[in-house]
Amino acid sequence: MPKSKSAYSIPTKKQKSETYIFVVWVDNEAGVLARVVGLFSGRGYNIESLAVAEVDAIKSISRITIVTTGTPQVIDQIKLQLTKLVPVHKVAEFQREDTNVIFKEMALFKVVGKRNKIQKCLNACKKFNPVILDETKTSAVIQITALRREIDKMNKKLKPLGLISTSRTGAVAMTRGAKIFN
Amino acid sequence: MPKLFTGAEIVFKCLEDQKVEHIFGYPGGAVLPIYDELKNHPSIKHILVRHEQGAGHAAEGYARSSGKPGVVLVTSGPGATNVVTALTDAYMDSVPLVCISGQVPTHLIGTDAFQECDTTGITRPCTKHNWLVKDINDLTKVMHEAFRVATTGRPGPVLVDIPKDVQFAKTKYKKPNKEKKLNGKSHNKFSQDQINELVKLLRKAKKPIIYSGGGVINSGPKASQALREFVDLTGFPITSTLQGLGAYPGDDNQFLGMLGMHGTYEANNAMHDCDLLINIGARFDDRITGKIDEFSPNSKKVHIDIDPSSINKIIKVDLAIVGDVTSVISKINKTMIKSKNGNDKSNKSNIAKWWEKIEKWRGKNSLNFVNSDESIKPQHAVQRLYELTKNKDTYVTTEVGQHQMWAAQHYKFNKPNRWMTSGGLGTMGYGLPAAVGVQIAHPEKLVIDIAGEASVLMTMQEMSTAVQYNLPIKIFILNNQYMGMVRQWQELLHEKNYSESYSEALPDFMKMADAYGCKGIKADNPSNLDDKIQEMIDYDGPVIFDCHVDPNENCFPMIPSGKPHNQMILGPNDQGDNKIKGKGKALV
Repeated sequence: MPKSKSAYSIPTKKQKSETYIFVVWVDNEAGVLARVVGLFSGRGYNIESLAVAEVDAIKSISRITIVTTGTPQVIDQIKLQLTKLVPVHKVAEFQREDTNVIFKEMALFKVVGKRNKIQKCLNACKKFNPVILDETKTSAVIQITALRREIDKMNKKLKPLGLISTSRTGAVAMTRGAKIFN
Repeated sequence: MPKLFTGAEIVFKCLEDQKVEHIFGYPGGAVLPIYDELKNHPSIKHILVRHEQGAGHAAEGYARSSGKPGVVLVTSGPGATNVVTALTDAYMDSVPLVCISGQVPTHLIGTDAFQECDTTGITRPCTKHNWLVKDINDLTKVMHEAFRVATTGRPGPVLVDIPKDVQFAKTKYKKPNKEKKLNGKSHNKFSQDQINELVKLLRKAKKPIIYSGGGVINSGPKASQALREFVDLTGFPITSTLQGLGAYPGDDNQFLGMLGMHGTYEANNAMHDCDLLINIGARFDDRITGKIDEFSPNSKKVHIDIDPSSINKIIKVDLAIVGDVTSVISKINKTMIKSKNGNDKSNKSNIAKWWEKIEKWRGKNSLNFVNSDESIKPQHAVQRLYELTKNKDTYVTTEVGQHQMWAAQHYKFNKPNRWMTSGGLGTMGYGLPAAVGVQIAHPEKLVIDIAGEASVLMTMQEMSTAVQYNLPIKIFILNNQYMGMVRQWQELLHEKNYSESYSEALPDFMKMADAYGCKGIKADNPSNLDDKIQEMIDYDGPVIFDCHVDPNENCFPMIPSGKPHNQMILGPNDQGDNKIKGKGKALV
């Protein structure tokens, strides 16, 4: 351990970091996203992906879905801190491996090339509900919905087939069955 | 048609409805409409400070000594940025503040206008919540919510940023609704089962200790009452954090003194060896726990706190009770009394051995120091100050450093809300303005700022405020010409390389007192120290007391980091070969 003369304790054993997904219901008002995100940046944690939009226009409530990594202790702390924020209504948190929760991301791929290359791209995307949103003689914009790692994979796979630009959303999540988050 | 009010009028109507009597502030361009309105509200007195940081700390002193929220009024830009230190301080120590700041007119926000800054952006991480009021129709609601957020749950600072055009705009005024729930956030979440479980633990304990904190003070005087009853019922030893001093009488036999880095030998050893640790309204701060891995290794831990995010943040506990300290402790007391009426024998006999052990530790007399006839020892000065003021209901504030620890160790507090110190943030310059605020809240009481000469110079300008309002605060400076705590660390950890910790050109505090128009008293000889202190107490008006003390004195005992609670360094009488080595250096 390096000898330090700092005024604070030396870090001791570390717990293992894992990926978690937070779903946060907030009042849709100015600055609310900054408050939520500030709890992560203030602790030096990175946000892997973020999706936010209003889900209830009458009550003016937005739903934020955040993917992040951290140790269980840190994740607990973030959840409790989030719950304390004034504009936050409720917070749900689960691990990526949780089979009771569906989560999805959407990606747009712009492919430039001849017909046959574009067709090859579409075939490669077959499992992920590909939709062609725009098409010219030399290009196409393809939309897919899939898991994060699947999109990562397609991103790599389509590169040699003429993929020149990718745009993707953060993950959104929903529980399976009749239950909802609480 | 209902009467229309300007934003500035609404601000005052809300303050009146919230029963605010004093605001601490400093005018400027963006709050002029509010200042213009001040004259129409005689029930609210404005205290003009000399720097916005002073306003913040004064409001903190006011809040901590009175239990009411402190209110601050500052202008945009530099006014708001100057108050950030005080807001952060209040956030760390859970002090309820409502800060109202002016902002440039709405249409200029974001244009780098004169004295514009992103106030809500800057203060977001150092307030419980803040609001930028862009619509006059939101102002009433926001103002009242600000008071509610600041004072409920774990208290803390909030900020309301009001653009100048909103202060001029007009709307109707609506009185606040009573007790609306805040997004369903209730604060008492405990159950009788948890209380029963705790009582079971109390009964089984052989080596228990109660560790109480600022949460007891924040919960109000009733909490201290309940705590005293609880300690009496159980017969357990109790120790306190820096912020919790006064919740339990400092001169009681069951009180082991403060714990932590500069806590007593008996308190820290008891924390280390106990089998049941009951944390009441404290947060396992790093100055308390020392090395986390070896913190109280063999104990069942119970944590009573109003803030769920404090639980398991640093130390995993076995039983967490989330709720207001007053309600929780009263419930525990009731449950204990009830079960005793059944058939229960008290477990006071169970812990007799534990008390014997504690008395042995106590025998070390860890707060001792080598007194001198030639120079005033700082510990001696604090002890004399205590002896000469203990029969008055004295309020003490401090700055930050050695003098703060000596005050905590040697001044014994018997009531809550009598001790105001910057613990979490450790803000040098806190004590003087805080004393101003305390004196405003308690005009008839004796208010003393136990200060260091380096700290007090950071906010010295507030002496002018004290003189303006004829506040008889006593600034008791333990002048050792060093930033004492920095010097101590440099002596112990950095091979006595006193890098920049000596103040070469200190002002003459006597002349300074003269210049401010208050009284200056100087003491440099132990033989007449008592007389001088008495002179200070008897003087009806603000005093700067320049007490020249031994510059080489260190603050002991101390946990020499890298080490757990049971390996403290004691004072010079006991030191021998107890040097800080290797890894320990990192933790001080």
